[in-house]
Amino acid sequence: MSSIAEATEIFRQEASELLEQLEQALLDLHRQPDNRSLVDTAFRALHTIKGSGAMFGFDAVAAFVHDFETAFDRVRRGLSPCSPALVAAALEARDHIRALIEQPQAADAAHGESLLRALRAAVEGEVAATPAATPDASPGPIHGPTPGQDWRVRFHLGAEALVNGANPLLMLDELHSLGTAQVTALVDAVPPLDEIDPESCHLGWEVLLRTESPRAAIEEVFIFVSDDARIEITPMTTAEVPAATTAEAAPIAAVPAAATPAAVAERPRAEAEIGRVGGSLRVQAERLDELMDRVGELVIAQARLSQLAVGGDTGLTTVAEEIGRLVSELRDTTMGIRMLPIGSLFGRFRRLLHDLSRELGKPVELVTSGEETELDKTMIERLADPLVHLIRNAVDHGLEMPEARRAAGKPAGGVIRLKARHAGAEVLVTVSDDGRGLDAERIRAKALEQGLIAAEARLSESEIHQLLFQPGFSTAKEISAISGRGVGMDVVKRTIEQLRGGIEIASRPGQGTDVTLRLPLTLAIIEGLLVRVGNGRYVIPLSAVEECVELPAGEAARSGGYSLLNIRDALVPFLRLREMMHCATPADPHQKVVIISAGDQRLGLVVDQILGSHQTVIKSLSRLHADVKTFSGATILGDGSVALILDVAQLLEIGQAEEEELRNRSRQAA
Amino acid sequence: MMSETHPPAMLDVLTLGIGGETFAIEAGMVREILDLVPVTDVPGARDFVRGVVNVRGRIVPLADLRWQFGMKQTAPTADTRIIVLELELDGEATPVGILADRVHEVTQLATASLESAPRVGMRWRPEFIRGVGMRGDDLIILPDLARILN
Repeated sequence: MSSIAEATEIFRQEASELLEQLEQALLDLHRQPDNRSLVDTAFRALHTIKGSGAMFGFDAVAAFVHDFETAFDRVRRGLSPCSPALVAAALEARDHIRALIEQPQAADAAHGESLLRALRAAVEGEVAATPAATPDASPGPIHGPTPGQDWRVRFHLGAEALVNGANPLLMLDELHSLGTAQVTALVDAVPPLDEIDPESCHLGWEVLLRTESPRAAIEEVFIFVSDDARIEITPMTTAEVPAATTAEAAPIAAVPAAATPAAVAERPRAEAEIGRVGGSLRVQAERLDELMDRVGELVIAQARLSQLAVGGDTGLTTVAEEIGRLVSELRDTTMGIRMLPIGSLFGRFRRLLHDLSRELGKPVELVTSGEETELDKTMIERLADPLVHLIRNAVDHGLEMPEARRAAGKPAGGVIRLKARHAGAEVLVTVSDDGRGLDAERIRAKALEQGLIAAEARLSESEIHQLLFQPGFSTAKEISAISGRGVGMDVVKRTIEQLRGGIEIASRPGQGTDVTLRLPLTLAIIEGLLVRVGNGRYVIPLSAVEECVELPAGEAARSGGYSLLNIRDALVPFLRLREMMHCATPADPHQKVVIISAGDQRLGLVVDQILGSHQTVIKSLSRLHADVKTFSGATILGDGSVALILDVAQLLEIGQAEEEELRNRSRQAA
Repeated sequence: MMSETHPPAMLDVLTLGIGGETFAIEAGMVREILDLVPVTDVPGARDFVRGVVNVRGRIVPLADLRWQFGMKQTAPTADTRIIVLELELDGEATPVGILADRVHEVTQLATASLESAPRVGMRWRPEFIRGVGMRGDDLIILPDLARILN
């Protein structure tokens, strides 16, 4: 990639983050129109997009944002309230900026014009009393004597200002735009030439400004400068004012640009802000993926090393252990780098909900919690689409129309809750609505009609809910543009299963539906318990393992796939893996039972031998083995052979099915 | 993967022996040929893809064509090889290992000499065979791997 293309790409990424911020701020403003800091956030985002847009040659973006900013400026100055109409218009304008950035050729200038008109109308419609003209924010000095108050503005931005991305030239331009300004550079702090650090800002400025704008307008010019800047704004009496206020201080205005390497001065502000907060670094996602791959290979090699070191000389064993410890730390750190709070994903849905609510005429509020819950980056990316489907479904199918809600004694506005939380080595993400709940009878009827189930099939409630995930299933009576075309839920299920997760549905008639996604923390490496069954070695995710016990001699003698085991006065069903794996070799005399659990479900797995814990780099099985449900993947052991990873959720399901069957049988016997 | 609308006159193939017959696989699909490595059983998988092997850190399914052609299972010998291919399955390039009793050679088959599988007089399911050809006195079978494995 050429450096220009790279820079453009950086701008695109940054702009997309800023547009996100803008959107969030606008959506918040919809609810809290008086919140000044939200207005400032929105304005700041606009301002930065304008600045860096112009810098990277996105002139259309800069021009459009400039006008957008001008209209919005009235809100910032408190001249116009932040009305819902304004928020709606601003959101559309935001989308237009996005289009301008992403597909500059395709963007429609006339559309942009009409959006700006809508914005202006939204702003001015609220202030019939004040003249319609928006303040002219076009930079450049205004000549000639002007009425107004005189001010002396002195500012030093601090040595780090340029490095942090502040641009004094823009500030001077902004001051110019307020009225008549005379600029003098304060060079007293500039060191001798051989001591000059070209990246530091040694200059200060004194501006004699005559303006009609209030003091606040001048202060606003400096709202983005860092804390170590010194800014003095003092009103002057007429006597103090020098005669020639129209003189342009051209050479001084040119100083900052000349004294600074262009790259430093032009670094956009958003980055400077991020830098100030935590010293963070922008890294390409592919590099992280590569790093993870390398660490995965390292983990495998390390497993081989520690196997070789067993029984070797002590020197080798010590080094092997040391490397083992370092590798596992490296693994944790690497995985930590890839973790992102899920809040970044939740944020995107607010807009979706806003739009859905308007389209469907259902007032909806989005309540999120657990935004700080961290998940692997890849996982978050791949969760976006399934969650969009679930939210659409919840609004479209789950929530009733306002009248129906009132009739049912509920508030007219619906609530969609997005919740994330940790549960052991899993993250649970729940989408809940407070709508009508699932209609099991209707789902059943629909499934029957579509030939998905037989007429005499007796299904439990959870089995009926699972029907929703069948390809082609849809209960919507009328197909809407948003959902009800029968694509979606099966795709959701497939995506979640690819992520080694699961879906659960809970429904309370008349009160709402919860759809919970269970997801592993990470896709790449898990801690596993290596066991032997017959000649085969298998890995059980350690996070699911509760304990290991000896199989009682009486049970060992019996056969039959399914039995119960008394674990500290609780009966736990168990599966004999030897039978599941069709082992022909004789069983070990002392078989062990590994108790696994998920949620409140427990299951024992009878194995021949427990070999120990194993850092497991998860590799997926190919499509040729997609029909094998017992395994969620495979891993490579120290000796280079392959061990399969048992799918805990599937085994629990098998266990549960057998338990139910056993109960039915004993009921029939009784 | 499959030949285009105008197949080239000569086809580069790898010939191998499976269950006493000679099979030919397009050389372009072959990634590598390995000695037999430890195979991990996948309980519950279909018979002809009963195992997986580790090919330099990748988990590759191992297909045994003898099941699909109704041939007798025999114990591996010193000549047994794994041919690693790249096949398109459900639109995704997937590495697949094929178990062969022995590998013969890389050679050329004249496309014109290939005939479609006769509908009668064959022990095998005709849809598994893209064509048969002669090389000297030997019958060579060009299997349709994508179909066999799907």
